[in-house]
Amino acid sequence: MQQKKKGSQDACDVQASNLKAGGFIPQRQAGKVTIRCKAPGGRLTSERLERIAEVARTYGQGVVHLSVRMSPEIPYVDLSDLDAVVSELAQAGQEVASCGRRFRVSTACAGCEYNPNGLTDTQGLARAATERFFGQDAPHKFKTCFGGCVRDCVRSRMADLGFQGMVRPRLVADNCTRCGLCARACQDDALTVDEADLPVRDTARCISCGDCIKVCPFDAMVVGEIGHGVFAGGKHGKHPHAAYPVAEFVPDEQVMDVIEVTMDWYRDHGRRGERLGDALDRVGLDSYRRALKMVVGERLLTPADIGQPKWKRIFYAGLAETFPPYADVGEEQRR
Amino acid sequence: MTSESTAERAADVRVDLRGTPCPLNWVKTKLRLEQMNDGELLEVILDDGDAIRSVPRSVKTEGHRIVKVTPVGGDFSVLIEKRGEGCGGVCR
Repeated sequence: MQQKKKGSQDACDVQASNLKAGGFIPQRQAGKVTIRCKAPGGRLTSERLERIAEVARTYGQGVVHLSVRMSPEIPYVDLSDLDAVVSELAQAGQEVASCGRRFRVSTACAGCEYNPNGLTDTQGLARAATERFFGQDAPHKFKTCFGGCVRDCVRSRMADLGFQGMVRPRLVADNCTRCGLCARACQDDALTVDEADLPVRDTARCISCGDCIKVCPFDAMVVGEIGHGVFAGGKHGKHPHAAYPVAEFVPDEQVMDVIEVTMDWYRDHGRRGERLGDALDRVGLDSYRRALKMVVGERLLTPADIGQPKWKRIFYAGLAETFPPYADVGEEQRR
Repeated sequence: MTSESTAERAADVRVDLRGTPCPLNWVKTKLRLEQMNDGELLEVILDDGDAIRSVPRSVKTEGHRIVKVTPVGGDFSVLIEKRGEGCGGVCR
């Protein structure tokens, strides 16, 4: 890496294209910016990590901050060094992230690649979503995240659009030795044993975590179906909003279409500066649900689905009094 | 060797882990398995609750084979066949 040539460029000459995409955050120190680096799913190669460190040493103050949404940020960069920093990061394949009113880099947990609990390829999906939608304009910021299971470490229930891995277990009765471990493993009272000591699943209570599959020693409780629970309209910030559960068991191949239809609805209905959750509340959740149904079909959640105990069980306990949250759906549609 | 015939064999080693908290119960199971030869049988007695939820799962993930689970009062006897190599993934 080349030595820094301090003051080599006037701040006014910084390429406009570098600034427009975002990813440069003004600091309280005049003339200094923080560079936000793109890292979908919080994953980086060691080469990129080393380059970020070198740039921080050369152009910053030798410190890096990991943003709340998994982006490594290099603070204390001179505005006049912006183009040099972008170019040196790019040489190692490190791109700059975005900020402002657009689709942001997707976050994700480790997923099924090596995490024992992960059900879905969250890392691959975060890369694919970022590849396809990164930087697209929206009425306000638009944050997506991918969680590999219902433990939801990545907090998909607070994202503008969150995906959460879920699994529907299937019993292979011939393999079952009636040991009862699956019923013991279930923390949601969704599995009981019948007169023949075979496990019976209560679909209204099963939260699709897969603990019964993982504990079964005899391959009797196996994967029936894996998909994504979809949560829309969440945000943190000054006026936080819990996301609405809107679909379940959405297959991998529908995920990008779900993002697309949601971004389209948001651009059509959202006002400038209005987050998706606020737009859903103002326009009505049903309008978005109709659009989403075009993609997910029967996997769209209904008020009757939302009334099942499992959804309340995986929602924020403190919000249980206001659950289910489908306020605008007419009484006649509630069962 | 069928699982039925394996399940009828007596355990080569028996460890009572009742009262041993997580994750120490799994650590002790793992260490004991490491001292054994492939195909030998280890019987562990586990508490209901966290222990029975997590130890058999870890045994599976490490690639060993559970051949029998038997209730012992309110607790469980788990008969494990030592296997050399881990199997890696669980769900996919």
